[in-house]
Amino acid sequence: MTQSYRIETGGLINRNKKISFKFNGTSYFGYEGDTLASALLANGVHLVGRSFKYHRPRGFFGAGVDEPYAVVQLYRNGETEPNIKATEQELFEGLEASSVNCWPSVNFDIGAINNFLKIFLPAGFYYKTFMWPKSFWYKIYEPFIRKAAGLGVASTKHDKERYEHKYEYCDLLIAGSGPSGLASAYSAAKNGAKVILAEDKPRYGGSLLTSDVNIGNQSGKDWADGIISELKEMPNVTVKNRSQVFGYYDHNMLVMSEKVSDHLPKTKKYHPNKRLWYIRAKEVLISSGSIERPIVFGNNDTPGVMLSSAAKEYLKVYGVLVGKKPLVFTNNDSGYETAIEFKKHGIEPIVLDSRSNPQSEIIDEAKNLGINIKNSYVVVAAQGYKKVKSADVATISEDKKTLGNIENIVCDCICVSGFWTPTIHLASQSGNKTKFNEEIDAFVPGVSKQNETTLGAANGVFTLEETLKTSFEKGKELSKKITEKDNEISIPNVVEKKYSKHDKFWCVPLPKGKSYKRFLDFQNDVAVSDVEIALREGYRSIEHVKRYTTLGMATDQGKTSNLNGLQLVSEIENKVVPSVGHTTFRPPYTPISIGAIVGREVGKHSKPTRKSPIHNWHEEHNAVFVDAGVWLRPRYYKRGNETLFEASKREAKNVRTNVGVCDVTTLGKIDVKGPDAAEFLNRVYTNAWLKLPVGKARYGVMLREDGIVMDDGTTTRISENHYHMTTTTAQAANVLSHLEYYLQLVWPELNVNVVSTTEQWAGAAIAGPKSRDLLQKLFPKTDVSNEGLPFMGYVEGDLFGVKARIFRISFSGELAYEVNVESDNGRFMWEKIIEIGEEFQIQPYGTEALSTLRIEMGHVAGSELDGRTIPYDNALEGLLSKKKDFIGKRSLQRAAFVAEDRQRIVGVVPLDKKTSIPEGSHLVKDANAPLPNKKLGHISASCWSVEYDNPFSLAILKDGKNMIGEKLFVMSPLKNKVIPVEIVSSHYVDPKGERVRS
Amino acid sequence: MLHIKCPHCGMRSQNEFSYGGDATVKRPELNKEVTDQEWDNFVYNRVSPRGKHLELWQHLSGCRQWIKVERDTATHEIFKTYKANEEIA
Ligand SMILES: [Zn+2]
Repeated sequence: MTQSYRIETGGLINRNKKISFKFNGTSYFGYEGDTLASALLANGVHLVGRSFKYHRPRGFFGAGVDEPYAVVQLYRNGETEPNIKATEQELFEGLEASSVNCWPSVNFDIGAINNFLKIFLPAGFYYKTFMWPKSFWYKIYEPFIRKAAGLGVASTKHDKERYEHKYEYCDLLIAGSGPSGLASAYSAAKNGAKVILAEDKPRYGGSLLTSDVNIGNQSGKDWADGIISELKEMPNVTVKNRSQVFGYYDHNMLVMSEKVSDHLPKTKKYHPNKRLWYIRAKEVLISSGSIERPIVFGNNDTPGVMLSSAAKEYLKVYGVLVGKKPLVFTNNDSGYETAIEFKKHGIEPIVLDSRSNPQSEIIDEAKNLGINIKNSYVVVAAQGYKKVKSADVATISEDKKTLGNIENIVCDCICVSGFWTPTIHLASQSGNKTKFNEEIDAFVPGVSKQNETTLGAANGVFTLEETLKTSFEKGKELSKKITEKDNEISIPNVVEKKYSKHDKFWCVPLPKGKSYKRFLDFQNDVAVSDVEIALREGYRSIEHVKRYTTLGMATDQGKTSNLNGLQLVSEIENKVVPSVGHTTFRPPYTPISIGAIVGREVGKHSKPTRKSPIHNWHEEHNAVFVDAGVWLRPRYYKRGNETLFEASKREAKNVRTNVGVCDVTTLGKIDVKGPDAAEFLNRVYTNAWLKLPVGKARYGVMLREDGIVMDDGTTTRISENHYHMTTTTAQAANVLSHLEYYLQLVWPELNVNVVSTTEQWAGAAIAGPKSRDLLQKLFPKTDVSNEGLPFMGYVEGDLFGVKARIFRISFSGELAYEVNVESDNGRFMWEKIIEIGEEFQIQPYGTEALSTLRIEMGHVAGSELDGRTIPYDNALEGLLSKKKDFIGKRSLQRAAFVAEDRQRIVGVVPLDKKTSIPEGSHLVKDANAPLPNKKLGHISASCWSVEYDNPFSLAILKDGKNMIGEKLFVMSPLKNKVIPVEIVSSHYVDPKGERVRS
Repeated sequence: MLHIKCPHCGMRSQNEFSYGGDATVKRPELNKEVTDQEWDNFVYNRVSPRGKHLELWQHLSGCRQWIKVERDTATHEIFKTYKANEEIA
């Protein structure tokens, strides 16, 4: 295909580098420096998609971030991404893109039938049409809407691209590199301030790239190029293109998305696809410019109708004609700039100006060039379906209410200019209460909320001279406050054309007997008639009108539609625009890739992976690992073809008959030190701690102030003022914070320090009837007899030259010990235990066997201490001291906590002694009771009892104390199971606890 | 994201801190008889003021100190930060 709409010379593209690409399966050529939009237009392609609701043909409306139509599905390097604006996507070799919202194709679209069934989708269609009948929603409405709507398809594959986050601090962040951004950056940089200048487009310069002005003795563009190259050389300046500052958050933090690789066929090695910058700026200068707004007329969504500024940009930046028979429809002088640009390239434009007799320099220039200008003329409606073929035009009366006779003008594009809307999004996000400027019929920033200043067109200043002057001065003033330097900058002379006043006219009335759709929101297909319906149905608040009609709710956030929507509401309501007010601007300013927001925190990187110092040994011995919080722990050690069930049963059985060893390094450990440590523990734990002798351990439970159990564990008195506290793996961090809270805020008079020692110690639990014999061989010089090291005793020992702590504590209910050594010696300790344990038939056991052992002993753990249970519920009331106060004690008097039929832990055994009970199942009295069946309790943990060789579970059951011996049903709708069970004691094995003391 | 001045470490980003609720709540003294109402007020009942609010934050990923922050709940403006034992001006 030839680029038949590309002019011979001119534009900022590189004509020496041809680039091939595909759109909807057809191959085309463009040049380096094109966007997908400019390259398609160069090839005469105007039809790019179908509209969201009515599936009307859609072309290009803008040339940048404001584009409402040209949203495509992009394919790059084997990946696909939806919701890409063709006007922003730079062309690269091999780019492929396709239309969205079209089924089966852009040229023949079944959904377009909606267009002829308009009654089907009027304003509020979500709320009305699909409400009835209810059963239709899932089966008919939703699948239909899903198929027919949406803006592309998200990939279901793993994203191979990498995204980075970066934190940055600066004196001045400047958003936008147009004249105001360049001038303020320049004077601030010269004053020595640390400056970040961000530009969302690939090229710097903003409006200077397309406007016909002189600064100093140079063209606007050359001046911009000069400033940029000077700024790039300065060490205190960071200049970033392809970088959109999209959010202004609290305390002057802004977020910017930098497209590092989107313009390349493939991301370079070690480069991210996108980089998200979190920038904390002392001062923020918003120089985001303005967006041209459309004039509303009939069929104004036909491909070929576009913003006049976009037509000019395609011509001046890309050397592309958007049409060869252009009609320019304007209410201000901007349209003439576009017309003059066409004329310069041998094209004969016709200008329709809604004003009756406008006079200005630029209009004179257009007249002198012989351009056909029709005053008091408007476009009534575009004609053509997939492309503009002609325009119905008419004269309009001075009061803009009456149209003259309709004439038809043949044209292939309609370039429309309804004046300019400042881009105030960032200022508004900052909290700035914007104000309405009657002069320009638009909102501008009011009083700054944070340290933000808006400059140039974004502030409603449309002359270059004033923009440059105020921007140079602002940059200097703000930087001076920070650097205290005062560099003199001479403000260059400006040559620009003066504009005459624009016409306060935004919507062409419907001619008699015609019912053209006149669109306000092009992406969400919201027409004038929809807003009229909303108002007729009683919606008044602009926020409600927005939601009811979906005006401005599309991915372009109504950049081209908001003001016209407000004009319409104010006109119908007979109010002025400022009293209607605008809807809230929320970040992001433009869609941001989810990948960029997530950054590197994906998959295994979403949390740290912690491994015990014994991890490699586990790996070498066929351990199957499980995530335990951030830790990786062996779940079981697989032998041959064993299943999880078989292996854990073997390991648990071996603990009950011989001896097992389990890596317990992950347990939280906290050193509690100081002369008041005992008193502190006495307040933190529910039981008594003042009389614990050195060399003894004690089990303790700590509560929250509301009486709920927070954590449990053993604490050992290592020496006079030194305690070693253990916590559960999951609660380690919370417990430390909790202790610090009381020490720093509640009882600062206590002389105690706490510090986490979790990483300092490697731990091995040695459990089973033969554990003492093994321990004696490990520590031949230490007396580990029942008298020398009784239950809950503690000694220090020498493990073949390595210092070790030996605790006689048990989680399995068996005779058991826990040995701790410094982390570096963890593997040495472990291998010694395995080596010497061989003669005692030692086997390592994982978390699955560990759970089995604790469940059948009725030891509570995280699944019972779930943030909803008090000590009584866990049969821990024996640990509540009556003599002293402790954290949470007072709450235990609450009526619900002392109720007679309070929930309590019980054991559960299936009547058939065979069926495994799913964790989380409910306990009910009658399996056949009508729903909702009253829940009496839930299964908190399940295992296969190795002691009795049948399933056993723990449950938290209403009135559990009086339920022992009852027959109930376990129901698991999730697993579709109903199991008759008997309630037994939670202490299923060794209820008197004789083994641990043996 | 807020920018909080830790009185021990200086200006730090909010993601180094964790929130700890109303700093004006005082725990009843140990061993002191309190009514149900007093205890409920301590454990559960909180005002949710619009405007100035003295609250606790812990500099979790920093010095681990609990600090007091005087913040406007509507605008997020931070007026002053205090050490745990500092007099509130
Ligand atoms: Zn700190």
